[in-house]
Amino acid sequence: MELLTQPIGLSHYLVVSALLFVCGVACMATKRNLLGVLMGIELVLSGANLNFVAFGSPYLQSKSLGMDGQMIALFVIVLAAAEAAVALAIALNYYHTHATVDVDKADELKG
Amino acid sequence: MATDHYPHMPPINWPSVFFLFFAITACAFAVAVVVTGNIVRMACYLVVSLSAVAGLFFLAGAEFLGAAQLLVYVGGTMVLLVFGVMLTAQGPFVSMRTGGGQWVMALLIVCALAVILISVSTIVPAWNKPLPANEKPVASTASESARLGMGLLGLRTERLESPPDPAAGGMSGYLLMFEIISVHLLVVLIGAAYLARARRRKDEG
Amino acid sequence: MIMAEYLIPYISPWLAYLLVGLVQCGLLLTVVLLVAAVCNWLERKVSARIQDRLGPTRTGGRFGWLQSPADGIKLLTKEDLVPAAADRRLFLIAPYVSFAISLAVYLAIPWAGGNAFSADPQKAHDWTCVRLDAAVFFIMAVSGLEVFGVILGGYASGSKWSLYGAMREAAQVISYEIPLGLCVVIPVLIAGTMDLVQMGNQQSGWFWNWYLLHDPFTFATFWIYITCAVAHTNRAPFDLPEAESELVAGFLTEYSGFRWTIFFMAEYGAMFAISALAAILFLGGWNGPIPVAQILGLTWEHGAIAGYAGDVLGFCNLFAKASAGVIFMMWLRWTLPRLRIDQVMTTCLKYCLPLASIMLAGVLAWNFTLPGRMFFGISPGSPPRMEKQAETMDESSSEGVAVSLSRDPQERIANWQFQIANCKLND
Repeated sequence: MELLTQPIGLSHYLVVSALLFVCGVACMATKRNLLGVLMGIELVLSGANLNFVAFGSPYLQSKSLGMDGQMIALFVIVLAAAEAAVALAIALNYYHTHATVDVDKADELKG
Repeated sequence: MATDHYPHMPPINWPSVFFLFFAITACAFAVAVVVTGNIVRMACYLVVSLSAVAGLFFLAGAEFLGAAQLLVYVGGTMVLLVFGVMLTAQGPFVSMRTGGGQWVMALLIVCALAVILISVSTIVPAWNKPLPANEKPVASTASESARLGMGLLGLRTERLESPPDPAAGGMSGYLLMFEIISVHLLVVLIGAAYLARARRRKDEG
Repeated sequence: MIMAEYLIPYISPWLAYLLVGLVQCGLLLTVVLLVAAVCNWLERKVSARIQDRLGPTRTGGRFGWLQSPADGIKLLTKEDLVPAAADRRLFLIAPYVSFAISLAVYLAIPWAGGNAFSADPQKAHDWTCVRLDAAVFFIMAVSGLEVFGVILGGYASGSKWSLYGAMREAAQVISYEIPLGLCVVIPVLIAGTMDLVQMGNQQSGWFWNWYLLHDPFTFATFWIYITCAVAHTNRAPFDLPEAESELVAGFLTEYSGFRWTIFFMAEYGAMFAISALAAILFLGGWNGPIPVAQILGLTWEHGAIAGYAGDVLGFCNLFAKASAGVIFMMWLRWTLPRLRIDQVMTTCLKYCLPLASIMLAGVLAWNFTLPGRMFFGISPGSPPRMEKQAETMDESSSEGVAVSLSRDPQERIANWQFQIANCKLND
């Protein structure tokens, strides 16, 4: 009940972003589907982004990061999109050669 | 009528309510992404989770960023979803089971990470208390995206009043980063198109 | 002052906020549902007229105006089928996802000017659900998500037709988002803001202040926008996802009854929203071709009643323009034959995208050579716009993105100083 009546602090945001990050890591660790691993990466990046935005928000702290937080988050979003594009291209190539997207089967370079 | 029916209870803080709503949605669907085996369902849950994160951005006053998250991130996930359908919709690849050992290892790592991260995020006393009511910023963010735009052009509008920082070289903005990222995107565009181009198999001629 | 604060003296605050929220949601929902119903009826009438028929004439007396409710009742009584091969959960929620997203677009659309730039912030208000600084961006983002429900429905149906329809839709919408975004950037560039309320108010006055007539490039951009918008909402001639001759009914194949209706309402909602966006971006929004409200003195300077009357007039204006856009889309649907999928992609990637890029470059060049001029460079900027800039200093707060790229470094710095002054005033 206290949560509903009190304003939100920075640590609330940090906890949420920590949970997102952890879910992303779990996703990366447990999925065998290449696209599932990619989704885990997206979750991790989004958790990190939430952190930046929370530290940059003037609503949560009197001395915030200011524009830096939003700027870095914006760059992360753009880079994540770029990363997803390249990863998808790799996934497509992999599927063309192996007819599967199972990452455990991609061990041909193993010495 | 009385102004407040429940004098013993402080009035509900609506941003907190919305925060809780978005936070719970984001986390619940993130967990659902981990638990689900079906790739398409995973992508759907991920879309919901990322949209809730966009909601959190809006709540934190980052409107431009929230819209960017919706457009780039959620849109990008949608492409993932399409690929997921394309690559896995036929036959035996719909769900790939993960071995028990992997789950145990993952759980160990995740629990350790969760304990560390959550304890760190609540350990600093200054982060725990909300902004005092008298320090509330003006609700209007009328020029927020203009500020971001000026920052990308190399001008830090919020630092104009503060004395120049000798280490940071005055009010340097993000022009260089912006340029690097633009070139990076171009490289990625060409690279991805090259990687994913339709290639004829040798036996087809 | 928001609506709920008027109620707080009488009832407990949380109840006030809840009530007002429900009322606003209800209003928005009513608008969208009414629009969908009217559009459905209109579609029948327009198609009938184009094909030299009469269309519905009997239901509800003249003009068959009760046809949509009758159809609705018929659809509600139909069986709600879920195919055995379907992914049940996703199949059931897909229409609602589609509809909710199409409704969410309406959050950021302003319906009239209001006195958003009043000197007294207590009295300032606008006719938007949520006035966003990045409203244009938000609308583009959310309207791009509408494809999500269709992909879900198409995949979850467990039918090949549905899957093909959904994949086509995904390819089409994601591709057309790029030229559509470029077209939207052009008015944003001229206005120097992404706030739709400001963009609309900058086009106040006579019709030559509309961005459609700003320069030849925006005029061409408008038609590219229309093309991309039609493709973006999956209307004919770009309605490949539900091409009856090839895919039975595309992603709608397995849907029946109420859920099918929801998909349809989502489509009409999206059509209306994208037409309203076009009206605000290019056609002056709530400002009519002739500034009737200003001539009659129905502005906020003459008191609240006159202001509200002017706003209602503006609302009618915007509504008429958006409806005209919808009717135009119907006209297209019943006039042009459907394209093949490769032709659809060719139109996007080989024609719309390069053309939109050229228009963007052209508008930039035009703005460098003839800054601030309206109506193909003939009119030296509209007086109302200048006035507003002076009185609010809010108007051009990000105009520097366009202007501050000028060649002369001194001028550029001066521009930035102007920007900075505006930024500070806004704080």
